[in-house]
Amino acid sequence: MILLVLIITPFVAAMILAFIGDRKVAPVINIFSSFLTFLAGIALAVEVFRHGQFVAGGKFFFVDAFNVYLSVLTAFVSMTTAVFSRRYMQREKDHGKVGHTRMRFYHAMFQMFIFAMLLCLLTNNIGVLWIAMELATLSTVLLVSLYRTPNAIEAAWKYFILCGVGIAQALFGTVLLYFAAEKVIGEGGEALLWTNLIEVSGSLEPTVLSLAFVFLVVGYGTKVGLVPLHNWLPDAHSEGPTPISAVLSGLLLNIALYALVRCKVLVDGSTHTHYAGNIMMGFGIISILVASFSILRQKDIKRMFSYSSIEHMGIATFAFGLGGSIATFGALLHMLMHSITKSSIFFTVGHVCQMNQTQEISRIKGLFKGDPFTGWSLMLGAMAIAGMPPFGIFTSEFLILTATIKDVPLLTPLILIGLAVAFAGLLRKVQYMVSGDIPSYFKQLKTARTPVILHMALVLALAFYMPAFLYKWFQAAVELLK
Amino acid sequence: MNLQLLAQINSFLAALVLLTAFAMLSQRKINSLVTLFAWQGLFLSINTAVVGFVAAKHHLYISSLLTLSIKVILLPYILHVLIVRLKIRKEMETIMNIPTTMLIGIALVIFSYHLTAPVREMSTLITRSTLAVALATVMIGLLMMITRKHAVTQIIGFLAMENGLFFAATSATYGMPLVVELGVALDVLIAAFIFGIFFFHISTTFDSLSVEQMESLREDN
Repeated sequence: MILLVLIITPFVAAMILAFIGDRKVAPVINIFSSFLTFLAGIALAVEVFRHGQFVAGGKFFFVDAFNVYLSVLTAFVSMTTAVFSRRYMQREKDHGKVGHTRMRFYHAMFQMFIFAMLLCLLTNNIGVLWIAMELATLSTVLLVSLYRTPNAIEAAWKYFILCGVGIAQALFGTVLLYFAAEKVIGEGGEALLWTNLIEVSGSLEPTVLSLAFVFLVVGYGTKVGLVPLHNWLPDAHSEGPTPISAVLSGLLLNIALYALVRCKVLVDGSTHTHYAGNIMMGFGIISILVASFSILRQKDIKRMFSYSSIEHMGIATFAFGLGGSIATFGALLHMLMHSITKSSIFFTVGHVCQMNQTQEISRIKGLFKGDPFTGWSLMLGAMAIAGMPPFGIFTSEFLILTATIKDVPLLTPLILIGLAVAFAGLLRKVQYMVSGDIPSYFKQLKTARTPVILHMALVLALAFYMPAFLYKWFQAAVELLK
Repeated sequence: MNLQLLAQINSFLAALVLLTAFAMLSQRKINSLVTLFAWQGLFLSINTAVVGFVAAKHHLYISSLLTLSIKVILLPYILHVLIVRLKIRKEMETIMNIPTTMLIGIALVIFSYHLTAPVREMSTLITRSTLAVALATVMIGLLMMITRKHAVTQIIGFLAMENGLFFAATSATYGMPLVVELGVALDVLIAAFIFGIFFFHISTTFDSLSVEQMESLREDN
């Protein structure tokens, strides 16, 4: 029942928002429905916490510790993004960047995107998982090109084509998976249900699953933004409206990684080797290195932080690939921390760009003097994302590094180099932007502070104190992913 | 009809699908490209119905009808309308010359046969040998997207890939469960809607539909 409310609310909200169009109440409805989704998410989480995992809706939905925490995270970040986007998009409209029609479209598609992500997470059917993933891409493609500038259209086209091609590979992987499952479970929809697949994963044909995983990792890996399949990501993040950058970076990448990890569990169960893990570790390491060195030469603030997203997804992918309880725990925590921190950074970056009317790093200066709150939240956000203690990302990266040193010590230097380079690159550029004198074109604006404060407080709090329920979920998820 | 004959019909249709894929690879004229795409959809649709008959799977008839209505009638129609409305040039530039592309295409077919060998050995279905053709169709679609720098041809390549995937599902497992096939069809429809919008945006912003001009978002050192 709660599950249904959780899934249906964004869908209904999308319909309502598409119908009423760009009125004054539209952003309020957007916030309200996201809030409702968040409440439903919490309620669902409480249920899972009390009774453990369950299937619902004629086995169509499946909720366990792994996806319920991601659902709550999705609902939470989309709620704060909705709050942030109200003032931000209003200002973009005042600047004449978007008109009424596009605002209608923006609100409706924002909710549609949340619906697609939640469907992705909660469905039990890996075929439907694929469909929802494609729906999540399709609902955001036209949001990336919302401003209709040549760059925005180019970015959206790249996003559309590359993710379309990528996700097509994942469908082929799913077909192969179904082929293997059908031999064991029998034909029909039952053979694509994750709960059935996990039970029989030991008897699935290993050669077919190994082949399937190659396609799945290329497919879903494109959406995670793994190097060398990442080309769409910096463009889509930098050219779209900032609230969309925040949800793409904070949520969509997580969802794609979730899909990949679910498939990995099946392949592991079948092959009994470290085959899938090795592939993921390889992609992870390359992503960390390439992304961190790319950060160094970025001139656009949003592009810089999107490369940082690639780096962090690389770290999480690597950790899932490494396996074992500490690394998996670290990866789960890392997904959570990255998502909260990165969306907060994008909120701040949105404010910074509006104040300076540019995304170019070299033209942004003197934020500490111009607007101390924004300056500090950018500085602290960058410190948090670079992995400085006492923020939560330090904890998760520490766990992952510990596991690496224990299991594959030879790879530790590579990761450390990546982390150090990203750290230096980010802080040097942010340092430049916050210090110095206020430029002449700087305009102080009223900002949405609540989402930023909320996110940063969470990242800080979770580093010191992990609530019992979160710990229990993570433990359960670790058990599940073993 | 005996099974032997039906298996042969199935192989014949698979060969036709592959043939249209190669024909699309060599075709420069955009109108003919759309027509070829429609033909490929038609072969696919007939093949799905044949497989549905052989395997006595009634949901495959629905898939067959869906393919017929979406990929043979609706999408080619939309593409034709867009081509006329946007006054798209008839001839396409290719990056590589066509004989080279064809040779790569042949290599891809051999590669697909090699890759799907383990699946073919395990399968007991009469359609098992066509899985390699399906994968080859996917890869040729991909090749087409890479070698043509035009928005419309990229989309046709994308849709040809989709055809290959659908074909793969039919030949490896007698089709995915109906809910999945319907969902995929829905996604294709939404995608068609979106690329239609895109064509207008690109052609009004860049004055033509060639994607070569979209090169400003590159990493510059």
